[in-house]
Amino acid sequence: MDITFKNVAFTYQAGTPFESQALHDIDLTIADHSFTAIIGHTGSGKSTLVQHLNALLKPTSGTVTIGDRVITPTTNNKNLKPIRKKVGMVFQFPENQLFEETVVKDIAFGPMNFGVAAEDATKTAQRMLDLVGLPQELSDRSPFDLSGGQMRRVAIAGVLAMEPEVLILDEPTAGLDPVGRRDIMGMVERLHREQQLTVILITHHMEDVANYADHVIVMEHGTVVKVGAPRAVFQDVNWLQERQLGVPETAEFATALQKRGFKFSQIPLTEAELADALLDQLPGEAVHQQHDE
Amino acid sequence: MMNKLLFGRFIPGHSLIHHLDPRNKLLLSFYFIGIIFLANNWPTYLCLFIFTMLAVRLSGIKMSFFIRGVRPLIWLILFTVLLQVFFTRGGTTYWSWGPIVLSQYGIVNGIYIFMRFLLIIFMSTLLTLTTQPLSLADAIEAILKPLRVVRFPVYEVALMLSIALRFVPTLMDETEKIMNAQRARGVDFGEGNLFQQMRAIVPLLIPLFVSSFNRAEDLATAMEARGYRGGEGRSKYRILTWHMSDTWTVIAFALLTGVLVWLRA
Repeated sequence: MDITFKNVAFTYQAGTPFESQALHDIDLTIADHSFTAIIGHTGSGKSTLVQHLNALLKPTSGTVTIGDRVITPTTNNKNLKPIRKKVGMVFQFPENQLFEETVVKDIAFGPMNFGVAAEDATKTAQRMLDLVGLPQELSDRSPFDLSGGQMRRVAIAGVLAMEPEVLILDEPTAGLDPVGRRDIMGMVERLHREQQLTVILITHHMEDVANYADHVIVMEHGTVVKVGAPRAVFQDVNWLQERQLGVPETAEFATALQKRGFKFSQIPLTEAELADALLDQLPGEAVHQQHDE
Repeated sequence: MMNKLLFGRFIPGHSLIHHLDPRNKLLLSFYFIGIIFLANNWPTYLCLFIFTMLAVRLSGIKMSFFIRGVRPLIWLILFTVLLQVFFTRGGTTYWSWGPIVLSQYGIVNGIYIFMRFLLIIFMSTLLTLTTQPLSLADAIEAILKPLRVVRFPVYEVALMLSIALRFVPTLMDETEKIMNAQRARGVDFGEGNLFQQMRAIVPLLIPLFVSSFNRAEDLATAMEARGYRGGEGRSKYRILTWHMSDTWTVIAFALLTGVLVWLRA
């Protein structure tokens, strides 16, 4: 299910004295089964953009095509449910959306809204608990008794339970500790790989982009300024730093090494790549000695 | 939905009205609502109308903002006006059907009521558009101060008021966010029959309450950590000052009152 934006613009509070344009002339395609990362400075329109992906916002001009549905400024608010089922969205700090008495009920809430029978929804919910790495004992606890990280997993499970084809995550790791971050990102990666989910990730963590994404969209002031594979986007370290976007630490380190005489055919993005690239450049003796030890 | 709400919003500016003392503005707005009831004939209403338009003009804010302020109340206004028009007897009767009459007095009264609504809404919109909510809270605190004599907790009320005002936009944003999150999970807000609509509110209301509790706890902790120990012995950062222009506006209102009393039938 491809998602295509054509000349999309969006204005908040259009027609009032407080109107402000958040998106200008967006043209882009998010391919099926891709892992797309959207990066950009705070307030560059990332969150506004992703809310178009499941018709929570409708463009003020232009069209958004989601699978076979076309969303135009005049699209009626009815019958959007099929889109919302296919495109699951995990908002920033999703733990704020929990409300049911028990964890399982909360996870089953989504599927039940889309017409799944209570019994099946509960079964799905229990399956989702495993998927997000929570023990089954938690299923009858109140979601408000859980820790922050666990609450977030429950919230994500609630979205996954709708069995979407596209999963949008708006900074899913914000405010989590390093272990929590790695767990959540690992889980997302696994879903992408095993279930062929299309993943769209908003993040400020360039390491996550380098490690997981296969497609990057860079936004600035409500426009898309760069699109491409992470490797291509991160090659231009200066361009990114001018935009205060930063690059993965590895790329930064490699650039510093480059200034001191090391040569890279391509800026390495992950630690493994950097290690390999460095290994080739070190004097043969030293390398072999290290390997022997 | 909430984006369209104009009431209670502030538009920054540098007009004469913006710089008036908020205490003065608040009291004069109430006073204006009082003297509207002095008007009882065409010349007095005309006088009030010109005065209001002058104030709107002085604020430098576009007329369309004020008209927008009337819009949400338009049905209430029309309902009241129509009741007046069709149920007042007197003067020449143009048309009647059972208890419903269309009379000269009825029409005149209807227009008067409409004018009253319009002027009150314009003036209160003027107040909120040109005064920062926090200044308004300060003004209310200053005005309530005399009530300390009867042991009214002025300071606590003022604090609650300013915190409440500060968090209105935050809570609105949060409401919007939770609504969207639940919509993404398949909730339809404002659809179906009354029962279904009310049930759809639950997934919105509970998270909002919970996050308000959490927020209150965090805020209280943060306040204590910064040395807050209640209202006694605190100094003030924002100090309200009375300017010459405030005196002039008071004089203008006094003159208006005089003219109204003189013109009224």
